[in-house]
Amino acid sequence: MAPQSAVSVRNVSKKYNDVEALRDLSLEFPRGQLTSLLGPSGCGKTTLLKIIAGLIPANSGEVEVNGIRVEGPGPDRAFVFQDFALLPWANVMRNVGFGLELRGIAKSEREAIAEKYISNVGLAGFERSFPHELSGGMRQRVGLARALAVDAQVLLLDEPFSAVDEQNRRKFQEDMLTLVQEERKTFIFVTHSIEEAVYVSDQIAVLLPRPSRVSEVIRPTSFRNKDAANIRRDPEYLDIVDRIWASLRNYVE
Amino acid sequence: MTVFGIRLPGMSSLILWALLWEVVGHAGLTFFIPPLSEVFTTLFNVIGTPVFLKALSETGYAFAGGVLAAIVIGIPVGILMGKNRLIDEMLLPWVNIFLSAPLTALVPVLMVLFGFGMTSIIITTGLFAIWIIILNARAGVMQINRSMIEMARSFGATPLEAFFKIYFWAALPEILGGVRIGVIRAVKGVIIGQLLISIVGFGALFELYSSNFLMSHFWAVLIVLFALAFSISEFLAYLERRVAYYAAKR
Repeated sequence: MAPQSAVSVRNVSKKYNDVEALRDLSLEFPRGQLTSLLGPSGCGKTTLLKIIAGLIPANSGEVEVNGIRVEGPGPDRAFVFQDFALLPWANVMRNVGFGLELRGIAKSEREAIAEKYISNVGLAGFERSFPHELSGGMRQRVGLARALAVDAQVLLLDEPFSAVDEQNRRKFQEDMLTLVQEERKTFIFVTHSIEEAVYVSDQIAVLLPRPSRVSEVIRPTSFRNKDAANIRRDPEYLDIVDRIWASLRNYVE
Repeated sequence: MTVFGIRLPGMSSLILWALLWEVVGHAGLTFFIPPLSEVFTTLFNVIGTPVFLKALSETGYAFAGGVLAAIVIGIPVGILMGKNRLIDEMLLPWVNIFLSAPLTALVPVLMVLFGFGMTSIIITTGLFAIWIIILNARAGVMQINRSMIEMARSFGATPLEAFFKIYFWAALPEILGGVRIGVIRAVKGVIIGQLLISIVGFGALFELYSSNFLMSHFWAVLIVLFALAFSISEFLAYLERRVAYYAAKR
């Protein structure tokens, strides 16, 4: 039987020269759920995400994905980038299928898969558009579709909505909730927005800086199954937002 | 540009300059400037002659050889410099020195090393073109977004795939810009080579016409040369415009 956690981070430390980015950090990411890494800037949340992705090595400690130790990037994880990282010379179809293209999947097959995910993220009809013809929100939908298309069990999202305007972000957050339920994948979501983290997460890991550590893990209970429109009025939602702000405010200059 | 509310087509100013040239030519101020109409008459008389065609093929051959070598060597070297810190540290001072050095002064050395033939001319042409091609390819690779490189890695691209599917395309606007400037410099290189190393091709024609005071012949060849260089440069500018839609959005 597969372990309860899709991703386990154990005693991970990371130094950049003399700066300690992460110290002895341990965290479990439950399978099929969305976990947010929330914290002020400089708390090492993106560093942690990239260590899980295998893009940068940890100095000590280990990361396991489905019980297998992470040594580098792998097909069990897919990354969504803050600045989208789309190929500007390729249309939406090729961008979404690019992960599959790198895995050597035949063109007709990968276009069929890409087409499905393009419509899943709400971009049907834009298959032949180029990134520069799309808005920031739509570009990030392309980035998300590309990550979904390779069918990795774990999706790593690095502040995916920070370059997206407020109204698109809200729509995107609502769509995320549906997507997490439909895809049954493990989402790890880095954000600096408290409201965003509480709104979309099954579990919120609050990280504090200097040295970086997990200060608390919060699991909202009452509003997760509610209608997306009502979450922001739920008392527990508001309480958690206040509580996180109370613990973070000392670290914001 | 619009003058008195009338939109003028591109390069209308050339008509004005041509008129001025014609007037100055007819005024007979100096033997150096014959009327433009006379230059063009000479041009059409000369252009089909075996002497001219031979010169054209000699110059074209040396030019194509030099430019091709500069591109084939320059682009990979530039990309390597952009990707690898050590190679960059080793080569960058030399590239900068040769970019700004008066290469003409090097031509006698090349003659000693490679003889008085076509080889030396091709090498001279290549030397004029290659440095800016290297520098631009390097700059193109260096501006590639960090997240683009991480994207390639996280989706499992092999180094070769990353090179051909990402780095090359991401650096293409700068590479094309470098090739275009390199080609213009190569025109200088090939003529200097043909004047200094062995008197062949257009260089020989320039030498022949100017020493015999055949100024309209001289100008005619110069116009042909300019037209050729301009066409190649415009073709490359056209290719640059083809990739411009993503150049600003990388």
